[in-house]
Amino acid sequence: MSQHYPVLLVIVPLLSAFFISAAGWLNRRLCFPIAVAALSVAVFSSVGLLLRVLNENVVLYKLGGWSPPWGIVYSVDYLNGLVLVVVSVVALLNLVATQRSVEQEFSEKIGAFYTLYILFVTGLLGIVVTGDAFNLYVLLEIASLTGYGLIAMGEARAPLATLNYLYMGTIGASFYLLGIGYLYIVTGSLNMADISAILPSLYHSRTVLAAFIICMVGVWLKMAFFPLHAWLPNAYTYAPSAASSLIAPLMTKVMIYVMIRLMLTVFTPEFVFGTLTLSNSVVWLAVIAIVMGAVLALAQRNLKKMLAYIIVAEVGYMVGGAWLGNRAGMTGAILHIANDALMTLCVFLVVGNIVYKIKGYAFDDLKGLFRKMPFTMGAFVVGALSIIGVPPTCGFFSKWYLILGSIQAGHYGFMAALLFSSLVNVILFFRVIEIGYYEPVQDHEGHEAHAERVAEAPLSMLVPLLIVAAGLVVVGLYTGDIVEHVIEFAIPKGIV
Amino acid sequence: METITSIKPFLAVLVSLCVVPIIISARSPNVRETWTFVAAATKFLIVASMVPMVLNGIEIVYTVAEVLPGVAIKFRVDALGMLFALVSSSLWIVTSAYSIGYMRGLKEHSQTRYFCFFALALSATIGVAFSANLLTLYLFYEMLSFATYPLVTHHQDEEARSSGRKYLLYIVGTSIGFVLPAMLISYNLAGTLEFARQGFLAGTGSKGLIGLLLILLIFGFAKAAIMPFHSWLPAAMVAPTPVSALLHAVAVVKVGVFSIVRVLTGVFGINLLLSFDFGPFIIFVASVTILVGSFIALTQDNLKRLLAFSTIAQLSYIVLGIGLLSPKGMTGGMVHIAMHAFGKITLFFCAGAIFVATGKRNISEMVGIGRRMPVTMAAFFIASLSIIGLPPCGGFISKWYLVLGSLEAHQMPILFVLLLSSLLNAAYFMPIVYKAFFCSPEETMFEKGVKEAPPFCVVPLVITALISMVLLFYPQPFFGLADMMVKSITGG
Repeated sequence: MSQHYPVLLVIVPLLSAFFISAAGWLNRRLCFPIAVAALSVAVFSSVGLLLRVLNENVVLYKLGGWSPPWGIVYSVDYLNGLVLVVVSVVALLNLVATQRSVEQEFSEKIGAFYTLYILFVTGLLGIVVTGDAFNLYVLLEIASLTGYGLIAMGEARAPLATLNYLYMGTIGASFYLLGIGYLYIVTGSLNMADISAILPSLYHSRTVLAAFIICMVGVWLKMAFFPLHAWLPNAYTYAPSAASSLIAPLMTKVMIYVMIRLMLTVFTPEFVFGTLTLSNSVVWLAVIAIVMGAVLALAQRNLKKMLAYIIVAEVGYMVGGAWLGNRAGMTGAILHIANDALMTLCVFLVVGNIVYKIKGYAFDDLKGLFRKMPFTMGAFVVGALSIIGVPPTCGFFSKWYLILGSIQAGHYGFMAALLFSSLVNVILFFRVIEIGYYEPVQDHEGHEAHAERVAEAPLSMLVPLLIVAAGLVVVGLYTGDIVEHVIEFAIPKGIV
Repeated sequence: METITSIKPFLAVLVSLCVVPIIISARSPNVRETWTFVAAATKFLIVASMVPMVLNGIEIVYTVAEVLPGVAIKFRVDALGMLFALVSSSLWIVTSAYSIGYMRGLKEHSQTRYFCFFALALSATIGVAFSANLLTLYLFYEMLSFATYPLVTHHQDEEARSSGRKYLLYIVGTSIGFVLPAMLISYNLAGTLEFARQGFLAGTGSKGLIGLLLILLIFGFAKAAIMPFHSWLPAAMVAPTPVSALLHAVAVVKVGVFSIVRVLTGVFGINLLLSFDFGPFIIFVASVTILVGSFIALTQDNLKRLLAFSTIAQLSYIVLGIGLLSPKGMTGGMVHIAMHAFGKITLFFCAGAIFVATGKRNISEMVGIGRRMPVTMAAFFIASLSIIGLPPCGGFISKWYLVLGSLEAHQMPILFVLLLSSLLNAAYFMPIVYKAFFCSPEETMFEKGVKEAPPFCVVPLVITALISMVLLFYPQPFFGLADMMVKSITGG
């Protein structure tokens, strides 16, 4: 059983999508339990895989018994072992937390929604688990297409935002495919390990350089790295609550993983940081991304869009950290994949709860929320502190490594950008907290309604949210273990 | 020096954290306040039970979690931390009593929230006092910033809102903008963040870099209200008076100066500061704050604002004492943490008691108040003597040692600063006391009916006033602790 974990991770959710789809026609109440069961298997297998990786370093799984480089191989090491756990856990928590909100938002289309949901997660898990560069593209398209579908099910402006995302996303994926095509031309292989074994003699080839840059631009587009971010804010804002709190934490983070995988495994660190002299410039691009993300977030007047722009800044954190070219920076970037997924999930779940009760997420709708939804807002404060980077929440510790990396690399611009973004986050979040805390709630005639009753979201939404909020602190406190036992081995020895 | 491992310091931090759920779920105000008292008393007892060990030269260590490779959330109880923890945990008990009198006397809203965050703030304060490394200190420092925000903005009106903004902007802005990078640069230089008796930065960086770190860390702990990062403190006076009293005369601001003292002694080390000759810079910064703060206090009519500026000046005495880098000066500075705390909390309690009894905030409206509230104003008089630094009050000891310290360090201009500042203190406190008692019956602004505030308000302020008198004659264990700390860091 345990040797099949890598494939169970993908196959079980994939097949369950058909059952959910069928259940959508026959008995809608079955959709949710099937989805929960499928993702529980995914969580179980991903945790099992990570435990196996801790013992065996690398777990290889040959699909259909075909050997690489001809067959497709699933290869799990410390890097994607960690990311797999993050993806499956976040997807499951969000699934459970948003059950009521999904019922509320689309009573008729539950089957379609859960089918897309599970297929999207399948795509992401596949992207992370695969050791084959072309297979990655296929799974990327699965995740993207279902993602478009999920987002388009949102409010009135969602279809237009989706169309925009679809254009940009397709261009990004095509870039990636083109880059892999070039690599195939020069190496004749699509297996990641195989490519990286063949490449060293070709490091100075222009084709390889072109392949690398085209791949990078492709993944940057898909992860919304400034200035390629324009599709993200609208798409994430107008998507249905349950879809935003799934896609916002995961999609960009998985693309960061793909970038790091390309940098570390397909093209080796010797090529990326040795042969190429791009790293300094890319870190400066990240600085711009962080600053612009923060500034644009300041200009927003609704909570969801503000959070979407914060993601743009956070993408800058991870790209910059990965490109600093040292161990601390790379550790920060990988750690931030996990931490940012959790804290983004936390704040988007809060938005989901607010939308469920208040039917709005503009700043003006948030008045008096602390009195009305104390627990939801408590979780919001924890999420906010984590995004600001206050210990002992996990956001602090990834920022710690990123800043340490920038000091060691002598890149003080990146350090300044990180501090700037933390300070802007203080303003951003306390502006929201102020509205929730000071502004009196108005009743229908415009009078100030005092003694507002507590009207919290239902327990099925609240409990997972509080678990995530507590998780932010727990993960923060276990940073030492995560770094020492997992991330330390995920980074090649060549990077010091 | 002996070290033993014990969970006590962690328990002292946890006690007030644990009662938060109980406070929230309590059915009646009396049950809620009982639990506050239980927590306060337990915390004090835990802290006090460690005093004998610390005085015998035993350090108590406890590691909570190794959050980063080589850096842990860790507590270490030494003499300096014990001094501060003793002051703040004992004053929490008194302030809880006073809070009940004040909050109920004024029928304030959201009292449950108030008591919760008060308890959280105390946890953070003790955490800062006992932290063994810069990361732990930073963690609790930030926790305190966010825990006190709802206290400062308790009234939830426009004024509270703008003050709250200012508060966060200064406190969190400097801690993220200055302390965080300084901490990481130090970690990168030394590979550790553990406070050491002679600091851990010696021999790691050039004079320029160490100087930069010094500037970042002194101004970064803006809770110490060193100019130009002081103006959050007067703004924060919109808070209910017990909050101002405990947090803005004792916990928050003292956490600021405590952190500076800790960093100067435990991160840089006295020898490093001496060898790079950074003492005069620290003294200069502190002196400017002392004098300018005192001058501004002279111009204030709102009593709480006056006290706030007086606090700004007094806090820099502590920094000045350390900046002298001489044993007597440092002892004076550390003892002043305790002396100022008892004096200033009394003054705030008095300001609050006057407000509860009469609704007056401004000094110009307090003519003749001493005739109606003699106990309160007598306590005010005693406490102001302590702040000025006159016998028969504890403040005299710290000022005496600061004078000795500046002679020892051959810093004659500092004598002038201390003298001028004392005169200024007298100039802004004595007229209040004079007008309160000595005025003709026609001048007095209060009707016969005005009485003392409720006993829950008056008893605490009498107690703290008496303590600040007793401290002159019996300054233990504070003096002993400060003396021990200085001996251990100077190796004498």
